[in-house]
Amino acid sequence: MKLSGERTMGASVAPVEAGGGAASAGATYSVRTDEDLITVRHAVRAATVETGFGLVDQTRVVTAASELARNAYIHGGGGTVTIEFPRNAGRRGVRLTVRDEGPGIPDLEAALADGFTTGSGLGHGLGGARRLMHDFEVHTEPGKGTTISVTRWNTQ
Amino acid sequence: MTDRQSMDIPILRLSDVLVTGLINELDDKTATVFADELTERIATERARGVLIDISRLEIIDSFVARTLTELSTMARLLGARVIVAGMRPPVAITLVELGLQLTGVETALNAEQGMAALGWHHAPRPPEGGTRREALG
Repeated sequence: MKLSGERTMGASVAPVEAGGGAASAGATYSVRTDEDLITVRHAVRAATVETGFGLVDQTRVVTAASELARNAYIHGGGGTVTIEFPRNAGRRGVRLTVRDEGPGIPDLEAALADGFTTGSGLGHGLGGARRLMHDFEVHTEPGKGTTISVTRWNTQ
Repeated sequence: MTDRQSMDIPILRLSDVLVTGLINELDDKTATVFADELTERIATERARGVLIDISRLEIIDSFVARTLTELSTMARLLGARVIVAGMRPPVAITLVELGLQLTGVETALNAEQGMAALGWHHAPRPPEGGTRREALG
């Protein structure tokens, strides 16, 4: 499993503009409530099925989506989740881009470490989501918000 | 949404054991209401054991994991033993990768084994003269 964990890193991820999908047909969902979280999970599950993921990979991606979407509405005051279907060297993947306009993450290193929590979780949300996905990218700016983009590739 | 959702999740009592199961579409609010209600029921019904079937749960994220962990601790403080039964293999794999071990939560492969651990066994033979079950071996 490839994990990249710099503060910001590029390469694998196309630039994303607010509300838009760069790869093929991105759909964007708003996350402000518990119910939205369920809607996002459904949509992400459907995306993984469509991409041909096996059951374990489906579970990984939906779980990561749940963690990141919850972060966006608990810490970021609400946000959006965009689902895209990138392709790379014949492989298909599912990319989730989670944006919020909250306070940002002051100490990203700490936030990625297990056990770090400022909210109601167990502090495994961000680091855990990173482990569940192949590519992981964070852009965060104090006072302006956070964008997290994660991709899992179909390796079957 | 009503603000005090009286839960959609049934909790059954079989003598001193409470039996319940989590549904697939578990949102955070329902999980919290469920934990509160179950804790209350443990006290009012003087339950000694609780079986929570999670075989229909398609994901466990850190919120649900935390709810299960806290629920087990609260139950233990009230003198009851909680067994979480029937976790799907992909959920177990994902939990481990997420870094969550559900420390302190007792588990069983399925509801039947969970009930056995709580002191329940296969249906007893019917009273005197009953032969119906014999055929099942």
